[in-house]
Amino acid sequence: MLEQADVAMPTAAAARLSRFARPALGLLLPLCLALGWELAVWLGYSNGRLVPPPTKVFATIAELAKSGELSRHITTTLSRVAAGFALGVVAGTVLGAVSGYWGLARRLLDPTVQALRAIPSIAWVPLFILWLGIFETSKVALIAVGVFFPVYLGVMGAILSVDRKIVEVGRIFRLSGPAMIRRILLPAVLPAYVVALRVGLGLGWMFVVAAEFMGASEGLGYLLIDGQQLGKPAQIVAAIVIFAILGKTTDWLIELATAPLLRWQDAFGRERGAA
Amino acid sequence: MLALDKVGKTYPNGVHALSRFSAEIKLGEIIAIIGGSGCGKSTLLRAIAGLDRATSGTVTLDGTAITAPHAKIGIIFQEPRLLPWLSVADNIGFGLSDLSAEVRREKVTRALARVGLTDKANAWPRELSGGQAQRVAIARALVPQPEVLLLDEPFSALDAFTRRDLQDHLLDLWADTRPTLILVTHDVDEAVVLADRVLVMRPRPGRLFEEIAINLARPRDRNSAHFDNFKRRVLTALDRSLDRNVPDSEAAANAGEAMWW
Ligand SMILES: Nc1ncnc2c1ncn2[C@@H]1O[C@H](COP(=O)(O)OP(=O)(O)O)[C@@H](O)[C@H]1O
Ligand SMILES: [Mg+2]
Repeated sequence: MLEQADVAMPTAAAARLSRFARPALGLLLPLCLALGWELAVWLGYSNGRLVPPPTKVFATIAELAKSGELSRHITTTLSRVAAGFALGVVAGTVLGAVSGYWGLARRLLDPTVQALRAIPSIAWVPLFILWLGIFETSKVALIAVGVFFPVYLGVMGAILSVDRKIVEVGRIFRLSGPAMIRRILLPAVLPAYVVALRVGLGLGWMFVVAAEFMGASEGLGYLLIDGQQLGKPAQIVAAIVIFAILGKTTDWLIELATAPLLRWQDAFGRERGAA
Repeated sequence: MLALDKVGKTYPNGVHALSRFSAEIKLGEIIAIIGGSGCGKSTLLRAIAGLDRATSGTVTLDGTAITAPHAKIGIIFQEPRLLPWLSVADNIGFGLSDLSAEVRREKVTRALARVGLTDKANAWPRELSGGQAQRVAIARALVPQPEVLLLDEPFSALDAFTRRDLQDHLLDLWADTRPTLILVTHDVDEAVVLADRVLVMRPRPGRLFEEIAINLARPRDRNSAHFDNFKRRVLTALDRSLDRNVPDSEAAANAGEAMWW
C-alpha cells in the first residue's frame, strides 16, 4: 500500500503535465519536417512546385476560406459523411444486434452479410450510380456501405462474446428480458461498440473521398480532383490537411462523448496514454 | 425447509452428472458439500438455484417447486462476478431495483458497513483485491435477505489467510438473519469449521455417499482435538468415497492441510 502511494504521487503530477506534453511530443516530428521543407524551399534547394511548402499550403487554405469556398466544400463533405455514417450505423447496429442476440437470424443473415463483405466496396460504385444516379444518394449509399460492415461485425461479435457468467448474475436476480438487455447486455457491449463506431467513422472518411471522385462539383474530394486537373498541388495538400483535421476531430468527438460511459474500464491503454 | 428429492441430472451430451440426490435441509442450517472434482457438486447447486433444471427428481422450497431462479434463493460463485461498470455500492444494490432509491441506498450503506467496505462504496470493482471483491459478492447476495444462500467454492481462489478471514466473516454475517447456507467446498477445514452437517459425495455418477454431523459448539477452535477428530472423519469418508485406502492417522493429519480437488 505504502509503495503504491509513493509511486502514485509523482505519476499523478506527471499525468497532469503530460496531458499537454504528450500531444506536443506527437507534433514534434511533423512540425520539424514542415519546417525543414519550408527552409529547403526558402534556401532554394527546391522550387517547391510539386511539393508546396507549408506557407503556400496555408496561403491556399486562407484564400479558399476568404472566398467562402472552403466552408462550402467542408459542409458538403461533412454532411455526406454524416448522412452515410448515420445510415451505416443504424443498419449495422440493428442487423448486428439481431444476429448477435438471435441464433436463427444469425444463421439466416450472417452468411449473406459475410459474402457481401468480401466484395471490395468500391466495386459497388457503377451499380450505385446506375441505380441511384450520380448525385448525393449514390455517394451517401457508398459511405453507408463502408460504415455498415465494421459496425455490424462489432455489434454482433460484442453480443456473442458477452460473458455467460455475468448473464447468469442477471438471471439469479430474475431480470426480465428488457431489463437484462438494459442492465447487462448494453453496458457489456458498449466498449466494443465504441470501437466499432470509430472504425466505421474512419471508413466513412475513406469512402467519402472515393464517392467524391466520381463526379462531384463540391466537397473536399472535389478539391483534390480539381487540384490535380488544374495542376495545383498546394490545393491538393490543403484538402489533405483538412481531411486529416476533420477525421481526427470527429474521431475525438466520439471518444469524448463516450468517455463518461466507459470510465469503469480497466483499460491498459488509457493509463499508458495511447492515442 | 429445502427438500431435495431424488434429484438427478443428465447433460445433453450424455454425462450422468448427478443421481438420486436426496436431502432435507432446515431453515438456518449450514450444510457443507464436499467431494472429488467432477462429482456433481456444482450441478447440484445450480439445480437448487434454478439456473439449470434437474432432469429427474424435484427441488422444493417450503413446498414450492424450484424450476427457475427464486427470490428467496441466492448464490455466490467461485468468482465474485461483479458487474465491472457498476460501482461497489451499485453492485451491492443490484438485486434491489424494485425498492425505492432511498430504501435501497440505506440497505446498501448498511451492507457496506457490515462487510467493512464503507470506504470502497464508490470504487470500481477492478480496484478491489480478490478478498474484497468476494465480500462485495457476499453482500450483494445477502442484501435481498434470501432464505437460502448457495456458495460454490466461494473462497477457493483466495489465499489461506484471506480464506480464513472470510470463513469467520461469513459465519458472522450468517448470524444476522440465519439463512440456510449450502456451501460447496474442497477444503476439509472449511467444511468442519462452518457446517452443521457435511455431505460427502461420490463421483460417476455424482451421488450422496455419507453424511457427517459436526456436533461442535460455535465459535469453533480450529486447533482443538475435537476439531481434528471431525476433520479426520470427513477425510476418511472422502477417501472411501474415492475408493482409496483409509489413511493412518498421521497421513490424515497431513492431508488435512491439503485440499481436495
Ligand atoms: N454444461 C455441462 N455439459 C456437459 N457436462 C457437464 C456440464 N457441466 C458439468 N458437466 C459434467 O458433469 C460432471 C459434474 O460436474 P460438476 O457438477 O461441475 O462437478 P463438480 O462441481 O463437483 O466439480 C462432470 O463430469 C462434468 O464434466
Ligand atoms: Mg464445481
